[in-house]
Order: sequence, then C-alpha cells, then structure tokens
Amino acid sequence: MNIFDPQGPIAAAQKTILIDSVGIMLAIVLPTIAAIFAFAFWFRESNPRATYQPHWAYSGRLELVVWSIPTLTIILLGGVAWIGSHQLDPARPIDGTGAPVRIQVVSLDWKWLFIYPDQGIATVNTLTVPVGSPLDLELTSGSVMNAFFIPQLGSMIYTMNGMVTRLKLRADNQGTLQGLSSHFSGDGFPNMMFDVQVVPQLEFPDWVARTAQTNRVLNAESYGKLAQQSVETVTSTYRLEDPRLFNAIVTQEIPPGPGPKLTSESAQSHIGGQDVR
Amino acid sequence: MFGKLNWSAIPIDQPIPMIASGVVALVILGVLAWVVLAGHLPYLWREWITSVDHKRIGVMYTLLAMVMLLRGFSDAIMMRSQQAVAFQSQGYLPPEHYNQIFSAHGTIMIFFVAMPFVIGLMNLVVPLQLGVRDVAFPTLNSVGFWLTATGALLVNISLVVGEFARTGWLPYPPLSGLTYSPGVGVDYYLWALQISGVGTLVAGINLVTTVLKLRTRGMTYLRMPMFCWTTLASSLLIVAAFPILTATLAMLILDRYFGFHFFTNEAGGNVMMFMNLIWAWGHPEVYILVLPAFGIFSEVVSTFSGKPLFGYRSMVLATMAICVISFMVWLHHFFTMGAGPYVNAIFGIASMIIAVPTGVKIYNWLFTMYGGRVRFDTPMLWAIGFMVTFILGGLTGVLVAVPPADFLLHNSLFLVAHFHNVIIGGVLFGAFAGYAYWFPKAFGFRLHEGLGKAAFWCWLIGFYVAFMPLYALGFLGMTRRMQHYDVAEWRPWLLVAAAGAVIILIGIIFQIMQLTVSIRHREELRDRTGDPWDGRSLEWATASPPPAFNFAISPDVTGEDAYWSLKAHAKQQGLEKRELDYKDIEMPRNSPTGFVCAFFATIMGFALIWHIWWMVAAGALGAFATFVAFAWRDHDEYVIPAKEVARIDRANIEERRALTSLAGA
Repeated sequence: MNIFDPQGPIAAAQKTILIDSVGIMLAIVLPTIAAIFAFAFWFRESNPRATYQPHWAYSGRLELVVWSIPTLTIILLGGVAWIGSHQLDPARPIDGTGAPVRIQVVSLDWKWLFIYPDQGIATVNTLTVPVGSPLDLELTSGSVMNAFFIPQLGSMIYTMNGMVTRLKLRADNQGTLQGLSSHFSGDGFPNMMFDVQVVPQLEFPDWVARTAQTNRVLNAESYGKLAQQSVETVTSTYRLEDPRLFNAIVTQEIPPGPGPKLTSESAQSHIGGQDVR
Repeated sequence: MFGKLNWSAIPIDQPIPMIASGVVALVILGVLAWVVLAGHLPYLWREWITSVDHKRIGVMYTLLAMVMLLRGFSDAIMMRSQQAVAFQSQGYLPPEHYNQIFSAHGTIMIFFVAMPFVIGLMNLVVPLQLGVRDVAFPTLNSVGFWLTATGALLVNISLVVGEFARTGWLPYPPLSGLTYSPGVGVDYYLWALQISGVGTLVAGINLVTTVLKLRTRGMTYLRMPMFCWTTLASSLLIVAAFPILTATLAMLILDRYFGFHFFTNEAGGNVMMFMNLIWAWGHPEVYILVLPAFGIFSEVVSTFSGKPLFGYRSMVLATMAICVISFMVWLHHFFTMGAGPYVNAIFGIASMIIAVPTGVKIYNWLFTMYGGRVRFDTPMLWAIGFMVTFILGGLTGVLVAVPPADFLLHNSLFLVAHFHNVIIGGVLFGAFAGYAYWFPKAFGFRLHEGLGKAAFWCWLIGFYVAFMPLYALGFLGMTRRMQHYDVAEWRPWLLVAAAGAVIILIGIIFQIMQLTVSIRHREELRDRTGDPWDGRSLEWATASPPPAFNFAISPDVTGEDAYWSLKAHAKQQGLEKRELDYKDIEMPRNSPTGFVCAFFATIMGFALIWHIWWMVAAGALGAFATFVAFAWRDHDEYVIPAKEVARIDRANIEERRALTSLAGA
C-alpha cells in the first residue's frame, strides 16, 4: 500500500507533486532550522565573542526579505496546487489502452459493494479490473460516509448517501493491490479492506463470464441483507438482476441502511443496542 | 421518572472503565476528605471557588487543563498500545470501546486541555501585562471557568454512566445521527460542548473587552506586549467562531431530539453542510489555540535573549493577518469530497497563504535571538524546541494544502502526525513554556530547573519517536482510527510509536515530580523581587504573587517593553526614594454565581442527556434563579484602604531594593 510505489498514472502524478512540494519547501526549511541552531548557539550568554546588541530590533531590509521568502515559496507552490488541482481532478477523464470499465461503488456498513452494470455482475470486498483500461467509477454510500481509497492507484474520494462522486483511475501493472475505507464509519470500519485484482485485458472477459455463472443474485432483497450492519470475512460475487440498482440506491428508492438493531429497551440505554457484529 | 437512565447504564461488565473510574473516584474522594478534615474547605470556598480574581481563575483554568491532560494522555497510551498489539487480532479493546477512546482523546485534548490552558494563561497574564487590576467582567470570568469545568465533568461522567461518543472528535453525521448512533454517547459530547462552549464564548468576550477597553495610562495598541496582541486576535476568533459551533451542534441536537432533518440521509438533510459548518468553526479554532502560543514564544524569546522582539510591527501585522485569513480556508479539511478543481485550488492556495505570516513570525523570533544574550532556561528550551518542530509541522501542513497531495494523504496517519506536530509542537510546547515562565509570577517561587529540563527533553524526543513513524505510516496508506489491522508492514512503525508514547509518559512523570519537588523546596526557589527572569513587560513590575489589586499605583507606559524601560530609567537615576501617593483601591467582591450556575448547568446537562425532563426544568430554573439573584446584588465592590496598599507595596519595594543593591555590590 506504499504510495511511493504507484501502480497507475494518477498515483504516480500525485506522488511526483508530493515529492516536488516537499523539495521546494525543504529548500527554505532546512536553512531556517540550521539558522535557529546556529543563532541560539552563537549568541549563547556564555559566548564572549558574540556581540550584544540590546537595542537592535528593526531592519527594513531584513523585514522585506523575511516577508519575501515565504511569499515567493507560496507563489511557486500555489502554482503547483493550481495546475495539479486541474490536471488531477478526480472526475477528469483519462485515457488507456482498452475499453473503459464502468464500476459503481457502494459503501455499506461495513463492506464495499462493486457493481459492474455493463457486465451484469457485482462483487463484495473484491474488485477485479483489466490492466491499462480507464476505470470509470461512480460512488455512493448505502449508509454513512466513507472514503474509497486504493493507495497505489491514488485519489481517495468520499462516498455519501443520496449523492454520487466520480473518480477516474487506471492500473498499469498486473497484480493484487489493497484498498480500504479512509473515513471512519463505525464499529466495523477496520474491516472495510478490499483487494484489487489487476488482470490482463484478455482475462477480464473470462473473469466476467465465470462470475456471471454464480447462482447468487443481487436484487433489492439481497441488497437489503447486505445493507444490514455486518462484517464480511469472505468475498462474494453476484449476478446483477437489475442494472438500475445503483440509481435506486442513490435516489433513495431503496432507503439507506438501517443502522444498529436495538435488541431491547434496556440495551438502548447502555450503548444503544447490541450491534450484529 | 429517570428517562432513559437505569442500572444497565453502568458498564459493570467492562473492567477497564470500571477500574479507571473507580481509581478516579477514590482519588477525588480522598482529596475531598482531606480538604474537609484538614479544615481547608472554608479557605477553598472563600479564596478560590468563589474568587473573581483573574489570577486565581487563570490558575484554576490551567489546573483543569493539566488534570484533563492526564485523562487525555491515558487515552493516548491506550490507543498506542491497542494498535501495537492489534495486528491480525482484536487487541485488548473491542471496537465499541476503542472508538470511544479516540473520540474522547480528541475532544478532551482540544476542548479541555488546550483551550483551558491557553485561556488560563491569558487570564493570568493579560491584565498584568496591560497594567490593570482585573479583567473587564470579573464575575462573568468565573462563570466562564465553571461552565468549562462542567463540560469536562460531563465528559468524565460518561466513563461510568452510559458511554461517550464513538464518532470521532467531530461527530460527522449521518454516523452521529440517531439512526446510526442511538446511544447517549453523542448526547454527552453535544451537551458537554454546548455548555463549555458558552463558557469559552464568555471568556472570549471578556478578554476582547479587557484588551480594547482596560489599558493603563500610555499603553497604546502599538505598545502592548505581543502576548496581548495574540490574545486579542485569539479572542476575536473565539467571539466570531464559537457561535458557529454552538449553532451547528444545536442543529444536530434538533435532529437527534426532535426528529429534524438538518443532517440526516433522508428528507433533504445534507451531511456536507455539517462538514462545512463544523470546519468554519474548526479551522479558526486551530488559530484560537496557536496564536496565544505564538504570543508566549514572543515573550519568552525576547526575554531570554535580553532584547526587544525583532520586527514588532511586522509581528502585529502577521498576527492579525492570520486572524482574518483563518476564516477563509475551512474547505481544505475535505478536498476529497469531490468539489471541482477551482474550489479545491482556491482553498488550497488560501491555506498556503497563512504560511506566509507564520513564516514571518519564525524569522522574527530567529532575528530576536540575533545579537542577543541567549539564556537556556526551561521556557527558552521549549521555545527553541517549538521553532524547529513547528517548522516541520508547517511543512507537512502546506503539503496537505496541495489538493493532489492531499488526495493521497487525507485522513491517513500522515494527517494525524501533522496536526499533532503543530498542536503538540506549537500549542502544548507554548503552554508549557508559559507555565514555566509565569509560574513564579503566579505562586512566588520558581519551578525546579533540572526536572523541568528533563521533562522537556523527554517530551521533545518522545514527540519525534511517537509521531515520525505516523508520517511513515501515512505513506504506507494506513488510515486513522483503525481498531485492528492485517497489514504486516505497518506493525514495526506502530511499535516504535508506542515506545514514543512511553517516552512522553516519562516526561509527564518528570513534570509531576517537578511540581511536587518545587512546592517542597519553595523557600529555596522563592522569587522575592517579582522579576525572576529579568523581564520586559509589566507583569514583572509587581510582586510575585501579585497582590489582589495587581499594582498599588497604575503604571505609566512610555514605550514598548514597558518594564524594561522603567528598569533602565531607575538604574540611571538610582532607585527612587520618594514616597509614593497611595490611594484606596476598589476591587470586585467574590461571588459564588459561577460555581452555583455551573452546578445547575451540570444537572441540566446530565438530565438532557438522559431525557429526564423534570430535572432539566429544575436545572434551568436553578441557573436562571442564580442569575437573577446576582443581577439584584447591592454591593459588588469592596475597598482596600490606602494604608493596607502602602504596607503591601512597601514590602515588595524593600525586597527589590535589597536585592538590587546586593547585585550592585
């Protein structure tokens, strides 16, 4: 999950910006730190060679320099931020070698649902993508806020109920990556890790075909079960019954997740009910 | 009868909170028993609990902060040890407990450690530096303190009765809404903060009025010590920002208590609105905390370099610039929400702009040392430790202000490391510097230097050992608030971080030892002149501890560094021998209003949390009746006769004269 080992163009560009920005700042930060130690040491009370200037408290030239150094640095960095924000806007389309893959992401308590509307399949806590294809993600939440983040692909983004956020990613190397939720969402939050299988372009249709053969079906009813608070220990796959499921979640035609089940009145007063974890 | 409250609210089955609260209860009972049996209760009631003296209230604020620091740090130790062991296991804290701990840690450290610490120091020092006798509204000051204490008490009650919030230190809906958090935890959070928020607002209004209206003769704005300027800026921010917090939390309360839909998923509620509002308060809050710390460092660096502050006007400008810009950057707390590139870029650049005045401040402290005679007493060590540490915190802060970099680092442990870097390295180091610097002023004796330095080194090294690994973990993709994890590469860093927390613990133990040792050896550490550090501002012109009226005769100020020029003048002229013209002094009378108000506010807050409506009415009525009784008071001042003033003041002048002539010989 090391962000200095990016596996896609977005993460690579963000890593570059990160390192460049640190470099620009270190150029003034390091000399300043050195000066703090040097001044404090040289002007120590016990140093007879240092000249004491008890009234020296103003120098117009020095003030000018003092205001200019941080200002110039910030102008430079501000340019980086401006250009970077535009070029790496999460919703900005990117190109790739294969056909784009559309994925609809739903964060639930406490698992990730990935819907492939064009392929008619869905998976829980595992994401399979072809190498090199632009990934076109639409994200929402089935309950509370979460953030979708695959560190080595870059650009985390929030998921919120009743709203869609958009993210474009690409994975450039085959292999297995890890993703997680990077916004706290309750008791099962640390279990919201998911794996990302980056497979060759030609294997992706095979994987889709294999997955479509599953006898589990994702419809409003099975989604309702998924939306209950729980932690998934195994990944699972579904055949998608209605390609409009994601829209139904976003428009709240399917209501948001129910939250903790209250077992009894007395439990409610203590910690708000035993959750199903 | 008792709303939602019944015996199941007490977590008898959970050993950790039960033992912790048992120990705390024993300590409190022990202290109370000692106070009553040794006959100290009348003294405490008369001199402290009902006191409206700004110095006493300042000391009580600081004491509250230090006690709560112990609580907040216990939470930190538990979090660090849980993450050290919870690799591929559940560790020793289940999620419902762990989540309360990090929520309580953040809430306590910000609202009940950092806030009372800086407000306490401002209360103690600002009237002295301005050369006046008290703050503008002394009784209101006491009300503000006791309401803050009420909030702290409610947070601690949640340890034993019910639960605390499990939603993080800022309760983002919909997680904090009734659907996803049906328990009383969020209600504890909300009412503790609503009540203490009133206290903070009152303190802010009081300090703004004090600085604007109560300055001694000749103390023009541009002669005020830097700490008064930063107090003004910080208090202005309190007055502007805390109402936003109160309103935002009130909306969440309406959602939870009356089925409103400000922030719910359904019925048009908008969670993004909560995030915007809470950070419209939350970002200025950061500067409310750090600006007074900047002021403390300005005083300390200048005093211990034996020089005026370099570029004083520049510093004033930088302070006020930070004060204004801090309101224009809140959106950088959620770049990852999916706003467009223009919004993100503009707020990113606005956030970076704050780094300019902050950088100027660093350079000005640097050039204050230039040409000075730097003495490395404990306060100065904190100041130098701060300058180095804070620059790093600033660097990482500007880094996450670059939106594309933030897309990788947001909510990660990198972010956690960043804000601890600025809050520990900035605010807490500042508070500790101020504590060591002004302790002799408040109590009349110095703190033990050796133990103070030991504490400093443990804190400094402990900070780096505890938080540098968190930066690394952020690069490894680890997000915050993980109760357990399965990623092997995170583990070693978390073990190192836990070791860092232990080093900080040793630092805290040194601080406790320092306080006890200093109290025992107070006669050797006595500050007889009132000016132990060769100070420059007016608080050093009076005795330590200062008499109730602060200054027998209001000082006349003729320039910056008021006391320094007085001293220089006195040295030229020889100590003046002429008899001073003492007059009667009117001082505000002590009042139990604050304490009684807070007593009823505690009852009301507790009742609101548990939906005990008759008790809510009783508490509200009691608080209102207290207010009415106070408003109808006949005598609010008493007179200290001129003879008494003369006696107290002459004693101090004699001490100073004796020591000065000794030094001269």
